[in-house]
Amino acid sequence: MTTLVEIRDIRKVYGHGETEVRALDGVSLDIAEGDFVAVMGPSGSGKSTFMNILGCLDVPTAGSYRLRGIEIGKLDRDTLALLRRHQLGFVFQGFNLLARTSALENCELPLLYQGVPGAERRKRAMEALDRVGLANRAHHLPNELSGGQQQRVAIARALVSRPAVILADEPTGNLDSTRSEEIMKLLVELNDKQRITIAMVTHEPDMAAYARRVVIFKDGRVVSDERKSGVVHAPLPEQGGAA
Amino acid sequence: MITTTFLMAITAIRRNAMRSFLTTLGVIIGVASVIAMVTLGRGATASVTNDISSLGNNMLIIVPGADRRFGSSSSAQPFTQNDVRAIREEVPAVALVAPTSGGAARIVYGNQNWSTGVTGADNSYLRVRNWVVELGREFTDGELRTGEAVCILGETPRRELFGAGDPIGEQIRVGTVSCEVIGVLESKGTSTFGEDQDDFILMPLVTFQRRISGNDNIGAILVSATEGVPTRDAQLDLIALLRQRRRIHVGDEDDFVVRDMQEIGQVVSTVTGVLTTLLGAIAAVSLLVGGIGIMNIMLVAVTERTREIGIRMAIGARAGDVLLQFLVEAITLSVLGGVMGIALGLLGSYGAATAFDLPWVPGLDVIVGSFVFSAFVGVFFGYYPAHKAAQLNPIEALRYE
Ligand SMILES: Nc1ncnc2c1ncn2[C@@H]1O[C@H](COP(=O)(O)OP(=O)(O)OP(=O)(O)O)[C@@H](O)[C@H]1O
Ligand SMILES: [Mg+2]
Repeated sequence: MTTLVEIRDIRKVYGHGETEVRALDGVSLDIAEGDFVAVMGPSGSGKSTFMNILGCLDVPTAGSYRLRGIEIGKLDRDTLALLRRHQLGFVFQGFNLLARTSALENCELPLLYQGVPGAERRKRAMEALDRVGLANRAHHLPNELSGGQQQRVAIARALVSRPAVILADEPTGNLDSTRSEEIMKLLVELNDKQRITIAMVTHEPDMAAYARRVVIFKDGRVVSDERKSGVVHAPLPEQGGAA
Repeated sequence: MITTTFLMAITAIRRNAMRSFLTTLGVIIGVASVIAMVTLGRGATASVTNDISSLGNNMLIIVPGADRRFGSSSSAQPFTQNDVRAIREEVPAVALVAPTSGGAARIVYGNQNWSTGVTGADNSYLRVRNWVVELGREFTDGELRTGEAVCILGETPRRELFGAGDPIGEQIRVGTVSCEVIGVLESKGTSTFGEDQDDFILMPLVTFQRRISGNDNIGAILVSATEGVPTRDAQLDLIALLRQRRRIHVGDEDDFVVRDMQEIGQVVSTVTGVLTTLLGAIAAVSLLVGGIGIMNIMLVAVTERTREIGIRMAIGARAGDVLLQFLVEAITLSVLGGVMGIALGLLGSYGAATAFDLPWVPGLDVIVGSFVFSAFVGVFFGYYPAHKAAQLNPIEALRYE
């Protein structure tokens, strides 16, 4: 099975001296291609910090993080941006769609930065919206969509660039349970059918239950890492092949 | 990528159409005033230069009296017919010599009367001053020699005395002299300085001396330099000749003045040119102020759109992409302002030129210049906000409320 993410003993320290905060205090974790990891833990345990580093939005203070074999800690801002552009997709708790910009245009944005030509860009953005069941809302603005729909647009935007990993920090945090379940089913489907690797932070065990694997953080460390029995999932192909 | 960046800029500007317009207003006004000032200034210069050349090309005016800054003192001895002959014969740098004498008189026709200038001169005066006889004829040699009572009217006296009637062949009274009208001059209109150039009549010099002034003094000699000879050379030759004829000792001051009209024209157009530059520069300062307005709004936009910047960075925008986006937005704003300003400036200066009766001389150089300058203003004042946007930390930008 191919290892996508290799994290060895990473630390993230904010401030120094009296005010020093060890947001991450020696985390090691591997994520295989096609995995679906739920990250849980109490508030302030370092989940978002971990996701930001995983998403190449930030670099660790110490330790090693390799994404597809590339050591992230040594890269400059622009190279990190290029990694995000080509390898990563983000889904945020607050949706973070561009205001006054249609669903379609929001989905086109990552392709715009990838330099995909106009016609293909439009086509692929449309396909992505279709994947999340919002093809008929393509020309709606974010404020004309419900929260659940906005989050689905955000997911479409994250998957349109065909990333290696989709990172979702509390994607259902702002949604009611019915909408949350819709989103989770969508993520599971992407993971099962499209083999997109997903890392997701959640506070709710109900949501974590959809993942293949649950990692629990506490005080900047991993305190538990369990693989689920996988009832709701198709087996990982690599696992199936190896068994 | 640059076209998509440009399209993104247009989208952002359109999204905030009213604010964008107000932002560019400073640039619009700045560019418009630069264009209007320079265009009008050049119109004024052209008008003055035109006036000077309508006095006559390559013309020099010789008047008696020492050069006082304001006019010449009248005590000096006037010129004589012998001076005129000497100039004709001994100064090859001079092509035409037109001795004149002038005064003022009341002219009367029927129950119409008018106060005007009377100039005694011959036909060479017409050549030197570029006057054209529009109606009738010039003086004949006989009339000039014997001093016949004939006159040629400027447009203003013609209009005042005859209105729509035909003046040719009519007798008018000039002072106490009865005089036949033989011609009318083509109008030169009002000069930039507001002087009516058509308000005078011409009669043969001999007639003027005998019948009006009562002496044979020559008040001024107008000469034109020979084609291809610098007026400066003609001026020096004339000074040398006249000093000798008037027996002025070496080291003593001239008791006459040789004025070079071309030189005066150059001085005047230099002055108006400097004024134009000055006005243009003042207007350019307002363009800079407009640039500061753009910077101000772009800074507000960067703060307002912090979250958008964070989203773009998370999606994969590099610092350079964000910088370019905001820079292109600022440049697009200022260039749009520049284009509108050019249109407004051209329109405004056209209106003003028409109102002040000046020629409208729009110059490609000012138009291109202010266009480039407004783009530069966009780059200059857009850079700082754009740089600020590009340096944002994506995590903090995403968290920004
Ligand atoms: N920019 C920062 N500067 C200083 N301290 C920070 C910064 N970001 C995070 N921290 C600290 O790091 C620790 C971990 O924060 P983090 O956001 O990762 O927690 P979390 O697990 O995501 O919590 P939550 O569940 O509430 O989102 C916290 O103590 C937080 O105060
Ligand atoms: Mg968090």
